[in-house]
Parts: sequence; structure tokens; C-alpha cells
Amino acid sequence: PRCPVRRAGAPRPRSRFGLARGPGPPRGRGPPRPAPGTATQRHTGWRPAPGTPYRREGALSLRSSSSALYNNLTVLCPPARPPRAFGAVHGTTLSLLGPEGPPRQLPARGAGSALSTPLLTQAAWCELPARVLLVLTSQRGVQMYEADGSTLVFWHALDIPEHPAAHSVFARGISAAGERFICVGTSSGAVLVFDIPPKGTNVTLSEVLEQHRDPVTDIAAEQGQAPEGAGDLVTADDSGTLCLWSTGEEFTQLGKIPGSGCTCSSVTLWNGIVAAGYGNGQIRLWEAGTGQLRAQVSAHARWIYALDLAPLTGKLLSGAEDSFVHVWKLSRDPDTGDVEIQHCHAECVTDTQVCGARFCDPAGDTFAVTGYDLSEILCY
Amino acid sequence: MSARTLPLLFLNLGGEMLYILDQRLRAQSIPGEKARKDEWTDVDRKRVMNDIISTMFNRKFMEELFKPQELYSKKALRTVYDRLAHASIMRLNQASMDKLYDLMTMAFKYQVLLCPRPRDILLVTFNHLDAIKDFIYESPGILNQVDETFRQLIETYNCLSDGEFQLIRQTLLIFFQDMHIRVSIFLKDKVQNSNGRFALPISGPVPWGTEVPGLIRIFNHKGVEVKRTEFTTAGNYITPQREGSFELYGDRVLKLGTNMYSVSRPVETHVAGSSKNLASCAKENTVPNPLAKEELNFLARLLGGLDIQKPAGGETGFRLNLFTSDEEEEHAAQTRPEDLSYKVINIEATQEPGRRAELSRILGELEVEEPRPGSAGKGEDLLALMDGL
Repeated sequence: PRCPVRRAGAPRPRSRFGLARGPGPPRGRGPPRPAPGTATQRHTGWRPAPGTPYRREGALSLRSSSSALYNNLTVLCPPARPPRAFGAVHGTTLSLLGPEGPPRQLPARGAGSALSTPLLTQAAWCELPARVLLVLTSQRGVQMYEADGSTLVFWHALDIPEHPAAHSVFARGISAAGERFICVGTSSGAVLVFDIPPKGTNVTLSEVLEQHRDPVTDIAAEQGQAPEGAGDLVTADDSGTLCLWSTGEEFTQLGKIPGSGCTCSSVTLWNGIVAAGYGNGQIRLWEAGTGQLRAQVSAHARWIYALDLAPLTGKLLSGAEDSFVHVWKLSRDPDTGDVEIQHCHAECVTDTQVCGARFCDPAGDTFAVTGYDLSEILCY
Repeated sequence: MSARTLPLLFLNLGGEMLYILDQRLRAQSIPGEKARKDEWTDVDRKRVMNDIISTMFNRKFMEELFKPQELYSKKALRTVYDRLAHASIMRLNQASMDKLYDLMTMAFKYQVLLCPRPRDILLVTFNHLDAIKDFIYESPGILNQVDETFRQLIETYNCLSDGEFQLIRQTLLIFFQDMHIRVSIFLKDKVQNSNGRFALPISGPVPWGTEVPGLIRIFNHKGVEVKRTEFTTAGNYITPQREGSFELYGDRVLKLGTNMYSVSRPVETHVAGSSKNLASCAKENTVPNPLAKEELNFLARLLGGLDIQKPAGGETGFRLNLFTSDEEEEHAAQTRPEDLSYKVINIEATQEPGRRAELSRILGELEVEEPRPGSAGKGEDLLALMDGL
């Protein structure tokens, strides 16, 4: 299998706390992955033959329906146990569905005396080498919990003006980054970088990145191997502007892809390819290192709300308001270096505006979907 | 979340209310010379519409409305429409008012959901305003008020980005979440399914600025297009012909927000309790909305400024029935499921100086429930009173 060139020169930062998990697909920079289909596959030994269509497997009931918010589905796939945990935001609470126990709800924090119960904007499990945190963003700030939602680890309050201003204030866009950080976007365009200790509650705000001038929509970390100069983090905003970053003690901005006014609501980064979903239904693939547009897909008839990537195979999942969920395959031509994208599968979720879509395994053989007003998570 | 949502919510719901009232008034009107004292005539209808519209577009009211603020709770908003509907000689029973509000909200929810682009919510609003102008074209004073609001809408919203409109739309969708009241006109037109959910078409014109799905274009590292492939799906889309106009006058192109009621189509609602989401509904109703202090001030201002029509000669006023018979209305009132009752404050508004007097009267009329756990502070007490109905 071909491997993109690793960034030369810079030594791989040594993880302070080592890997807490067994062997598995690396995150960010790491040793080359085992080829798909081999016995060292982390999830299961068996994979379906290429081209096997997806089929609907069932539906999980949520306590409350999902709100129409970008990227409104988060899935936790532990390496050893097949049962997974799901989360979807409903207004002021997060609906959690775990492998054991009844479905639960986590409320938004920070109701002040003059302000109403805050609305949540997003929730995501952030998987770092040492620990997994469940992060919630709202109109008031950022809440971080242990992975099962049981204990509040950290709370960061946003600066809220005394009287409502014309521009709304909220946090939105969550991603683990650089093996020990969690990045959260805000409506001012600032990206907050939190330094996460291997255990305990001593989370600190390490940096504030101020390159976006519009509300941040989504943040994604490199899930494969970044080629030289490509960076390992991408942030997106309401104007469609994408910023590429290199993570570390100090984050460095490596590049900016200017937007054209069309919102980029969801973004993923894999092997130096940025896959971005837009309000006009397009998916665009950009070369992270050069900022060059490599592919443009008229993928959906309405606003795209969710993208997800399966790092083992390069499968891309897209969900939009047009009721469709599509599975694509990203790859790179070994001779020309051209980025390729093929359409694999389409699902129509009847009468539903899809607002969340996630793969449930790193090879992309299974995925889950939820939609506005839907009190279910549909599994395929 | 978006602090600019309230004007759009208020104007569109108001527009739907006027469509429905106009249809019912026409359906129940009697030719002038044959009418008895308690029956509707065309003159009465026009008077009612004029009174409500001029109240709705009252300049001070609009000024308050357009200030950046969070959305009101469903109950607070419902109270405002209760007052509006009674800003004339017309009277509505609780059951009819409930039905009116159900119809208004489901109609606007449908329009928000089906808007091709988030920005098209503005076109829907313009459709409502165009129709309102038609209702009162004979009264230049009120027409002026509506045009003023139109201009304020254009000034406030035309410059917003698509992302900001999507935030407004998301805020509206959170407001309408879990509402699945079945409306007969929607069911007949197959726009709503029997489970109360709207049918979302996967065919027709794509939004302006979107391409018909199907094309994949690949570019090389120099930016030159090197390959084109296509994919197909079950959707059947076409390119749109033209974009709607965002000016004061113009063809809006979009049909959402235009009057879908006509005299010959009586509108019924089936009010089925949403058993599945009872937990979430109940939870939402018990969460205190600390904004109530602001809401009460606003309401008080509104009520204090209203010129309430008192029916002449001590009569009880003309009663409008949203149902086809009095018996039906009575039956609807008795069988309305508990979780869908709006529990609106009944306020006798009279002209009295001072906001405090108004507020204390409002409070005097409220039923006090047991204190909510976790509520602390004066603001939340007021809120508890307001919400505890």
C-alpha cells in the first residue's frame, strides 16, 4: 500500500502519558496502518466484500428528538466492545444512549439570572490517547464530562454580553487534536485550544486561535497520515473559509482556503485531503498542503449537515436536509497523485431532514443517522 | 439562539392568523341587509381585519419586536396572539383560539421546514406581508404602517449571510420541535402524513444557488479539470427558473407563505396527544424560562398601549367560531389532550397608567402553583408564576 510522505525533520512529539489503548489504527502521525482486510484489523476480522450494499439494520430510540443542528450525532466506538454509545442534541439537553442502562439526558449548564436555559449547539466524544471526554458546546460555554457523562470535568464560560446583541454568542465545533488538546470553536470565529491532562480536572485554556472572522461551524483532526506541510487540523466557518493548522505547544497556521460566502457546515481531514460539506449541497475536496481544489461534487439538493470519514478505507459519509445520506470513497491515484472520489451508496431517509450521520466503525461498514424531529437513531 | 428570530416568527404567525380569520369571517358572513344583530357582515369583517392589522403593525410594538432578543416561550407568544385576536369586536372561545394557534404554528412550521434556502424564510415573510397589504389596501394609514415594517425587514435582514439565516432557521425549528398536530388541509393535500409529520419531497427545483445532484468533477494539482463522472439517486431534481425578489415589490416566486385557505375548504385540526414525546414536552414545560421578567415588561407595554374595542351597548361582541358548529367547538374544548393545552392567561386589558399597575393585574390573575425546585431570585419567581399555569 502506498504511504504518503511523512513530515521530515520535526521529531514526533513523545506522548507524555503513552498510549492507553492496545494496538489499533493510529491517530495523527503514527506507524503505517495495516492494510484493510488483514487479520490485524481492530474491529472485527471479517469485512464484507467491496460493493456489498448497506442495509437498514434497525433503529434505537432516543428519549427526545434531535434538533436541526450541524453534526448532530456523536458515536463512541470502544475498541474492544462492539456495543456503542450515541449522543444527539435536543434543544437544551443531550440525549445519551449507552451500551448499558436506560437512555439519559445531560442538560446545558450556565443558566444565569437574566438569561434563559441555554441551548446546546453540539456534542462530541473526543478520543485522546489517555482518556475520552464528552464535550458539549452551548450558548453559554463549553462543558466537558467523563466519557459516560457521569462527572463534569471542566466548564468554560464564554463572555456573554449583558443585553442580547445582534450577533449571537455560542460555542460550536469540537475536535480532539494533537494527542492532548481539545479544540472548540466560537461564534466570534475564535478557536479555543484546551490542554487536557491525562486524568483529573486540571484542564487549561492553552491558546486562542483568531483567524476566522465568522462563526466557526466545525473542526476536524487528521485521521490518517498528514503529508509534509499539510497540517493536522482544519477549522471551518460560516463563510466557507477553511484554516489549516499544525498542532503542538503552540499551534501554527499553515494555510487558509478563503470561502465564497457559502457556509461550510462540516469538515474532515484524511491523508492531507480536506473534505468539506457546504450549504449549497456541494462536497469539495481540497489539498491540505497547497489549498488547491481537487474535486467538486454536486452531492446534495439541500444544505449539508454532517460529514464523517472512516480512516481505514477512506469512506466518506454525507447527510443533508434533502433527506439523503451518501457514502463515497476517497482515494489517491498512485501515478498522478490526483484525488479521486467515487459514489458508493445512497440512502433516502423518508420525510426526514438529516442532521447527524456517523460511521460506527473505522472501516465504514456501519453507520448511524438521525434527523430533525426524529426520536430515533437509524443504523445501517 | 439567533437574537433576530422573533420578528420573523411573529410576522409569519400573524400572517397565518389573518388568513384563517379572513377565511372564517367570510365563511360566516351574511349579506348586510339580511344580517341580524349578532351576525357577521362584510363591513364587520373588514373592520376586524383592519383593527387587528393596525394593532399588529403598531409602530412602538414593531420597535420593541425588532430589538435583538431571545425567542419567547410558547406560552408567552400565545398570549400575545390571544390579545391580538381580541384587538377588535371579535371574540373567540378558548377552543377556537386553541385551534387557531394550532393551525398558525403548523402552517409556519411547514413553511420553515420546506424553505429551499434559509434565506427564503424572508420571501415567505414577504408573501405574508404582500397578502396583508391586500387585506387593507383601502386604508392608506394602515398600509403605511405595513410598508414601514416591510422596509425595516429589508434593512435588517437583506444583508445577513446564509449562515446567519440558517441559524435563524435552526432557532425556529427548535421552537417548533415535536409539534405534530394534524391539519386536515395538509392531510388532504398529502403535505402531511397521518402521523403528523410533513412529507418532504425529493423532486422539484433545487434551491437557487444549488446544482442538481449528480456531477463529480476532478481537478489536477494545477487546478485543471481532468475528469467528470456522474452518479444517480432516487431524487428527481430540476434547475430553478429564477430567484424570488427581495425588494418592496416583486414576484416572490416561492409559493410558501401565500394564502392556502379558501372559503370552500373548512380547516380542521386533529389534536392528537404526542404520546412518544410526552417526557420531553413535560420537561420543557417545567424548565423555568427566566426571560419572563423581560417578557412581562414587554407584554405590559403592549397591553398598556392597546386601544381595546369595547363592544357597543354592553353586548358581548361578535363571536367567531373556528369550528363548523357550536357543538363541535364545545366538544373540542372538552376533549383537548392535557399535554397540548396552552393554558393562556386571560387578561382583561383596560387603559391604566403605569406599567406596575398592569403587571400587578397580570399577576393577580395568575394561579400560583407550588414553588419550583431550584428556582431562586425574584426574576424566577415571576417566571414561575407566569409559567405555572
